[in-house]
Amino acid sequence: MTTTSRKPSNSDAEQRSADESRDARRKKWLRRLPLLPALIFTIVVTQLPFLFSLWYSLTDWKIVPPEPRTFTGLNNYIEGYTNEFFLDAVIVSVIMTVSAVLLSLLLGLAVAMLLDREFRGRGILRTLMITPFLIMPVVAGLVWSTQMFNSTFGVLNWIITSLGFDAIPFVERFPLASIVVVLVWQWAPFMMLIMLAGLQGQPLDILEAARVDGATPTQIFRNLTLPLLRPYMELGILLGSIYLIQVFDHIEVITGGGPGSTNVPFFVFQRSIGGGWDFGQASAYAVIVVIASIIIATFALRLLSGLIESEATS
Amino acid sequence: MTTRLQERRQQQQKEHLANKSLGVSRWFSISMAALAWVVAALFFFPVFWMVLNGFKEEIDANTSPKLFFDPTLDRYSEVTTQTQGLLSFSEAFANSFLIVLISTLLVLFLAIPAAYALSIYPVKKWRDVLFFFISTKFLPVVAAILPLWVIAESLGLLNTRLVLVILYTAMNLPLAVWMLRSFFGEVPRELVEASQIDGATLGQQIRNVILPIVAPGIAATALLCVIFAWNEFFLAVQLNPVDGSTVPIWVTTNVSTRGNFLAKLSAASTLATLPVVLAGWVAQKRMIRGLAMGAIK
Repeated sequence: MTTTSRKPSNSDAEQRSADESRDARRKKWLRRLPLLPALIFTIVVTQLPFLFSLWYSLTDWKIVPPEPRTFTGLNNYIEGYTNEFFLDAVIVSVIMTVSAVLLSLLLGLAVAMLLDREFRGRGILRTLMITPFLIMPVVAGLVWSTQMFNSTFGVLNWIITSLGFDAIPFVERFPLASIVVVLVWQWAPFMMLIMLAGLQGQPLDILEAARVDGATPTQIFRNLTLPLLRPYMELGILLGSIYLIQVFDHIEVITGGGPGSTNVPFFVFQRSIGGGWDFGQASAYAVIVVIASIIIATFALRLLSGLIESEATS
Repeated sequence: MTTRLQERRQQQQKEHLANKSLGVSRWFSISMAALAWVVAALFFFPVFWMVLNGFKEEIDANTSPKLFFDPTLDRYSEVTTQTQGLLSFSEAFANSFLIVLISTLLVLFLAIPAAYALSIYPVKKWRDVLFFFISTKFLPVVAAILPLWVIAESLGLLNTRLVLVILYTAMNLPLAVWMLRSFFGEVPRELVEASQIDGATLGQQIRNVILPIVAPGIAATALLCVIFAWNEFFLAVQLNPVDGSTVPIWVTTNVSTRGNFLAKLSAASTLATLPVVLAGWVAQKRMIRGLAMGAIK
């Protein structure tokens, strides 16, 4: 395709095909061009730090006590893997994410079903319902811990003591459950929005036909509504897990990461700039977390590819 | 106008008939509506309580819960005029508005062409590219915070607004690309082709043909970006805690270890959440539509 092929024996056809392939390549790049700014930006900002982490994780870089940084190979990984606190954090992360996502989804679906019927004030109710999702996580955590859960000023304990029971120090006794309650309070409204979108997309004529054929509401729900909602549920689970696996703010303001409520992000934070200052070790955890995330993401993306496939057929 | 009313009346009659034919009793409908009211009230209650506490004297807030009290605006004037830490109310709001606005515009500026290249004239491996974007959302921010801190420090970006603009753009970009790609699927390809034959450049195609069709989707996407950027706390507190910091940091400066702060914190929280809550209320229908398109298309 280059200048070397410019011999007099070259036929015109060959020359043309060279031109064409250059043209095709140019077209290909033109096609890619609009994508490149976003792609390059994302790679630089999200992948570059990871390479740094990878390098730090192979050293014994500590701030306290300040020592010269030396290469230690896989030491941090071997230590990290056997650390029981890390394993605790993994378990907390799994419980927190799975329970918050599933509870939000179920609650969101239930509320969406309630709001998907004709009645007065439906718009106002939807407005009230979505508000928790719009609230800043830091504020949500603070409001719940100081004004709902609190033993002296909290509304929940005020109700409990008014009924003649002893006050329950929710956050102290059930740190993980308390955080999950606040997460569900924020994310069930988001799930409700997605489910409402799904319910409003139901073809009314099919529902009508099913009714005329004498299907019971339960049958309609199980055989028509649920299958139609499936892509919406998958979307909800995907978006919910992306954000809930990263929860940090709620933990910071509700329990401050005490025993039983430290998830993996918070654990890594504590080991590094959150007071541990053991950057080498913390980076090793970070790398482990990233690898685990990639494994989880692969599964989740398979779910997502189901979403995209269904588009191809529709 | 009248025809629309008639249509609506017919629709209502139809629904009424449908309900009757289903044998759904009136009492069932009423009790379901009542249940919906109860659930919504429960969900909204913490917000209501927060707003209420913001109008109390500290002594009324820091006692067993009180529904009736002498409302006062003093807490609001306190949190807006007095500065607890290094960050004042007006500074924090100005910073947040600026950071959120610029990063959201940047997100759209980068995501709209990318969505074009993933849906209208898709590149060969568009699916892999899309998955790459989404997969970056799975990377825990915490795992990157240390290198981010080191890089930001060496570039002199610590405690600047710019560092948050860059990171919030990166944080929201994958979601925006993904949602916009679904919306762009709604654009009839013939329209784009026709404008191309007329010699429209990429920018012209996007501005004149695509944007008018996908405007509601773009609004929904932008709103989600605004919500997540406005509410972001972790990156702000780690990389920009002192100067040029944002509203979530300002809220936490109203938590003090000495003395009572509940009423003041409530007033600050109400102010901090108000812009995004109002925006969300106004745009909720649009957001539902946007999410619907994002789910199946």
